[in-house]
Amino acid sequence: MKLPPVEYEAPATVAEAVDLLGEHQDEASVLAGGQSLIPLLALRLARPALLIDINGLQELAGVSASNGWVAVGAMTREYAAEESSLIADTVPLLAAALPLIGHEAIRSRGTIGGSLAHADPSAELPAVALALDAELVVRSRSGERVIPADEWFEGFLTTTRGADELLVEVRFPRAPQATDVSFTEVARRHGDFAIVGLAASVTLSDGAIKDARLAFCGVSDVPVRAALAEDLLVGEQPSASLFEEAARLATADLDPPADLHGSSEYRKKVAATLVRRGLHAAVGNADERQ
Amino acid sequence: MVDITLMVNGVTRTGSAEPRKTLADFLREDLELTGTHLGCEHGVCGACTVIVDGRAVRSCLMLAVQAAGAEVTTIEGLALDGALGALQQAMWDSHSFQCGFCTPGFVMQATALLSAHPDADEQQIREALSGNICRCTGYQSIIEGVLLAAERNRQG
Repeated sequence: MKLPPVEYEAPATVAEAVDLLGEHQDEASVLAGGQSLIPLLALRLARPALLIDINGLQELAGVSASNGWVAVGAMTREYAAEESSLIADTVPLLAAALPLIGHEAIRSRGTIGGSLAHADPSAELPAVALALDAELVVRSRSGERVIPADEWFEGFLTTTRGADELLVEVRFPRAPQATDVSFTEVARRHGDFAIVGLAASVTLSDGAIKDARLAFCGVSDVPVRAALAEDLLVGEQPSASLFEEAARLATADLDPPADLHGSSEYRKKVAATLVRRGLHAAVGNADERQ
Repeated sequence: MVDITLMVNGVTRTGSAEPRKTLADFLREDLELTGTHLGCEHGVCGACTVIVDGRAVRSCLMLAVQAAGAEVTTIEGLALDGALGALQQAMWDSHSFQCGFCTPGFVMQATALLSAHPDADEQQIREALSGNICRCTGYQSIIEGVLLAAERNRQG
């Protein structure tokens, strides 16, 4: 499948990119790593008149820390984030999810911002952003605004980003002390899109759970936070029966979509299993670190 | 049409391409480097893997215009003066091929792995090659070939 004809601009600055986006809005698609957009073009599922290629915008690539947050430029490639010791040390849930994205050659090009702007509900990064209450910074000709992750994901491949807005940065909070994490998923083959995945982060204090974060991918048209289960866990001592109850609460209201990879009922069962598995993995790690 | 200058297999090449042309098609059609194979053309099979600025990428998921100024290595760049490279020889010795269609992608992905980890172990090799699809070998002989190359690297 070849790509359909399309106009192409490669702006040299973020300001130029934002101007182009302001001018063309819905007629334009922003080309970041291209690992999802190029297939969408090839399959004729996206038909933009113009591609705005932001690969030349070095100012959008890089990881930095400030005031309890870690800022990841939207054009930071997934392999670069994977190699970042700052991310490994301060945002362990992101570090745990990165190696599960696609395959090595995909992560060579794919970007943090691209994955979050594409908002595939089966992808890992949207679940991570939601679990951690990440913030997404978008820029338009009228300025910048910061969108919390729980207001970002609107539907299947749809976000609340305005047509004139460019995602420029994603901010993740630094993990507190004694936090550990797991990203568990079930996929047909390693590297395939997850049938269901779970981002889990647990902070312990004196043996009790002080903070718990759970977010699924692959169970809806958006990533889903398991707030009821998180509330149950906080203040409790980790135990198998607690995790069992958390799994029940986390999945009680789920109504996952069915496709050729699994029925709705199957996905729900996998989701419950991942809650138990993910919590055991995370708490086991956190215990060792205490 | 956009004019493009890039380095391919150590040689400066120029051409011009419509923005919609993938790097894979540019290599094959414009530069006549048909060793890069196209299987699925949407990033699933890994047959079109080439090395761009030191990293393995899928050349069907990159536009030719995006490769302007880049250094690209294709399968044609591995055999110097017609002699097989060390990885190619190890894969030959291990009967890593059957029909050969997927071979260039596997060889390029393994080349990227071994340049970063010359003594890669089996787990690393399986992980690195997990994005490449082969419909005939059953993969074992491919893994064995890359393992043999890594072993020869260890022995110097």
